[in-house]
Amino acid sequence: MEPLTWTGSLGGVLDPLLMTASVLFAAALVVAAVLGLVAPAPQVRVNADGTLSAGAGPRGWAGLAVRATGGLLLLTLLAYLLGGLLMPYGEAGIVGAVLRRFLPVWIALVVTFGLSLAYKRRLGLYGKLFDSPIGMVGLGLVLFWIYTALAVGVFGLIATHDPLAAVSGLKNKPPGVPVPGAESMVAGAHYLLGGDALARDVFSRMVHGSWIVVQIAPLATLFAFLVGITLGLPAGYRGGRFDTVLSFLANLILAFPVILLFYLLVTPEIVQTGIPSFMAIGLFLFPILFMAVLLWSRFRTQPSKAALLLALTLVPLVWLYLSLVSQTGTPVNFLGGLDLFDIPSGVLVVFVSVVFVNAPTVFRIVRGLAMDIRTRDYVAAAQTRGESSWYVMLWEILPNARGPLIVDFCLRIGYTTILLGTLGFFGLGLPPDSPDWGSTINTGRQLLSVFPHTALVPAVALLSLVLGLNLLADGLREESLRD
Amino acid sequence: MLTFFARRLLAMVVTALCLTFVVFWLTNLAPNLEKIAKTEAGARITDAEVESWLDKNGFGGPILLRYGEWLGVLPGWTQVEEDGTVRGRCLTEGVDPAAPPRFCGILQGDWGHSRVFRTEVIEVIGRGLALTGKLMFWVMVVMVPGALLLGVLAGMREGSRTDRVLSTAAIATTATPEYVSGVVFIAVFTSSAVGLKWFNGSATSAMEDATFVNFTLPVLTIALYGMGYIARMTRASMAEVMTSQYIRTARLKGVSFPQVVIRHALRNALIAPFTVIMLQVPWLLTGVVIVETLFNYKGFGWTLVEAAGNNDIELLLGVSVVSVIVVLVTQLISDVGYAVLNPRIRLS
Repeated sequence: MEPLTWTGSLGGVLDPLLMTASVLFAAALVVAAVLGLVAPAPQVRVNADGTLSAGAGPRGWAGLAVRATGGLLLLTLLAYLLGGLLMPYGEAGIVGAVLRRFLPVWIALVVTFGLSLAYKRRLGLYGKLFDSPIGMVGLGLVLFWIYTALAVGVFGLIATHDPLAAVSGLKNKPPGVPVPGAESMVAGAHYLLGGDALARDVFSRMVHGSWIVVQIAPLATLFAFLVGITLGLPAGYRGGRFDTVLSFLANLILAFPVILLFYLLVTPEIVQTGIPSFMAIGLFLFPILFMAVLLWSRFRTQPSKAALLLALTLVPLVWLYLSLVSQTGTPVNFLGGLDLFDIPSGVLVVFVSVVFVNAPTVFRIVRGLAMDIRTRDYVAAAQTRGESSWYVMLWEILPNARGPLIVDFCLRIGYTTILLGTLGFFGLGLPPDSPDWGSTINTGRQLLSVFPHTALVPAVALLSLVLGLNLLADGLREESLRD
Repeated sequence: MLTFFARRLLAMVVTALCLTFVVFWLTNLAPNLEKIAKTEAGARITDAEVESWLDKNGFGGPILLRYGEWLGVLPGWTQVEEDGTVRGRCLTEGVDPAAPPRFCGILQGDWGHSRVFRTEVIEVIGRGLALTGKLMFWVMVVMVPGALLLGVLAGMREGSRTDRVLSTAAIATTATPEYVSGVVFIAVFTSSAVGLKWFNGSATSAMEDATFVNFTLPVLTIALYGMGYIARMTRASMAEVMTSQYIRTARLKGVSFPQVVIRHALRNALIAPFTVIMLQVPWLLTGVVIVETLFNYKGFGWTLVEAAGNNDIELLLGVSVVSVIVVLVTQLISDVGYAVLNPRIRLS
């Protein structure tokens, strides 16, 4: 069977068009950026009837050029997508086949964006995101990877091959190579993005890697936030010796070079001693504490309701917690048959160290916000009402600090993704054949200058996810500052 | 000012002690020591033999005691062998066995012996630091002016098209970790697959003789990731200064816009980026480790990876001490520098 070309029969028309459109768009961006600096502001004329009118001026024209070339670029990309979806397998080349594999993701994206745009005025901050183009691009990229991860991890779609299975003869083969023995032109007949050093499918490994990242990064960030909030609020609100001690500890962790900490914590010898398990016991206690205090401080005047709510939330949480910390094969193993699940020790130690590194920064942010907000009038009003200090912290200060915290949450997921990649890049924690992006970059970099595709594919995937999270955070910041 | 400085210095020393103790504890955990005993005395020795080997070589005592010995505030261990010779921490080759020094820790300049490189730790670290210093010098030369220019241009007219284009570019660079940009650079500029063979994919030859061809990519890779962050901070600071009253006064007096930016705004806008650049150093350290591994440049970061990967305790401790001190000193410079540069803090 023939190997696939990059764009197949689409390429004849669309490739030159794409080249022209992207060159023009880049040129328009540069011109607009330079004109914004040097060109004079448009002159305003007063008309005879008393109205004002302003010409577009060079800046206006440059803006128009950016929009026009950007539109052309977008249309070209859309044409690739439609070509890939409508033409039979193989006709639209590798690009078409890859785009077609993502069909469930495109459907989910179109539905999400359609619904959100239709109801954006009723959706609060999320709806406002659709007013900023940068925020929309960011959200699109993030949702793309989330949907991809769900489609791969939960429904088993998208990937064409087993991420761990090797097909002999496909070692380091370039993108579009046919799988030996495949007869008909159906999905799976080619290694769409080539084979890696162990003859595994690069494309399938990349999409499987997204599932690992999407599982670990947001959850680790969430844990770091819960630790940071639970400790940062009292430190900022009460101050005093508690604050001094915690701030010193936070600075201590922050002064530790991250890479050194990883090298010290994420080694098989340390896992043997059980230190990560003990750290997990400590760190994972915070969500339970947080929920308990949150509910009790609100409903403590209605003991029966409080008891019911606490029981409903805490029993499952505690059970989850106990199954999480009790691992067969580590020094902490006590639950026996009641243990719901086991996390591989490599994943647990990665998770714990990422939470440990992120928590002090969140602590500092929350502490600063709490110190600022505690001087507001509504806090004084709550204190005068006789509310407990935990109520003031969790139900008055925390909701009013949500803007900066949401923005930082998005940024921090991106940073956590980078950290996970760093760990994978140094081969720490996760098993070496794991398809996560950092490990694949690490294995691919050995022969980088001869077979760049094996490392380039996960690198671009990681870049697009982190870029999406950063753009999303920027859009959120812009829109939350606007009101 | 002086009490401020003294207090910062004291906090720094305490932090350094705590951090080095944590590193000492983590590197001296039982499984690590067992691994050393097995590499030194043979892989097939029994647990009892491991114990006795550790006792004989000064790894037996309580952790605080050994930390004190290593630091050089407690006298080093000595042991009399069965045949009457005396061995001890301070009794290395070339030391008079009759009158050994009582203390020999890092405070006395005795950093120990590297098991991987088979030389003194201080020598290995010195060599690595010199090479990394060269790398960092060029990174700073590229990164700082680039980031400041980008930030000032973007923050000059907040919300303009220039601002939006430059800010998005800055976001894009902060979203590109070194191992991604490095891989992309190597794939595009050095590989035979793309065909642009402009630069070298390895910087090993740059250790002796750095040229444009072999040093551009590592420098660019580190500089790019740090640049976006500094540029965003500069932009925020510049945008804040540009909305202040005295800038408006200068504009209303009729001073031209470029004059206002250069004469009035720039000096105040550059105070905040100074601290950011200093605080960026610990982050750059991670980048240095990644880039030196990726480009095979045998500097400080590469030494760290070798030490950690081969369980070379003494070297790893030395590397940790140096990196902790670098981080703390830059924090100190950043604090003190901010106080010196900012007249509002200096005068109060």
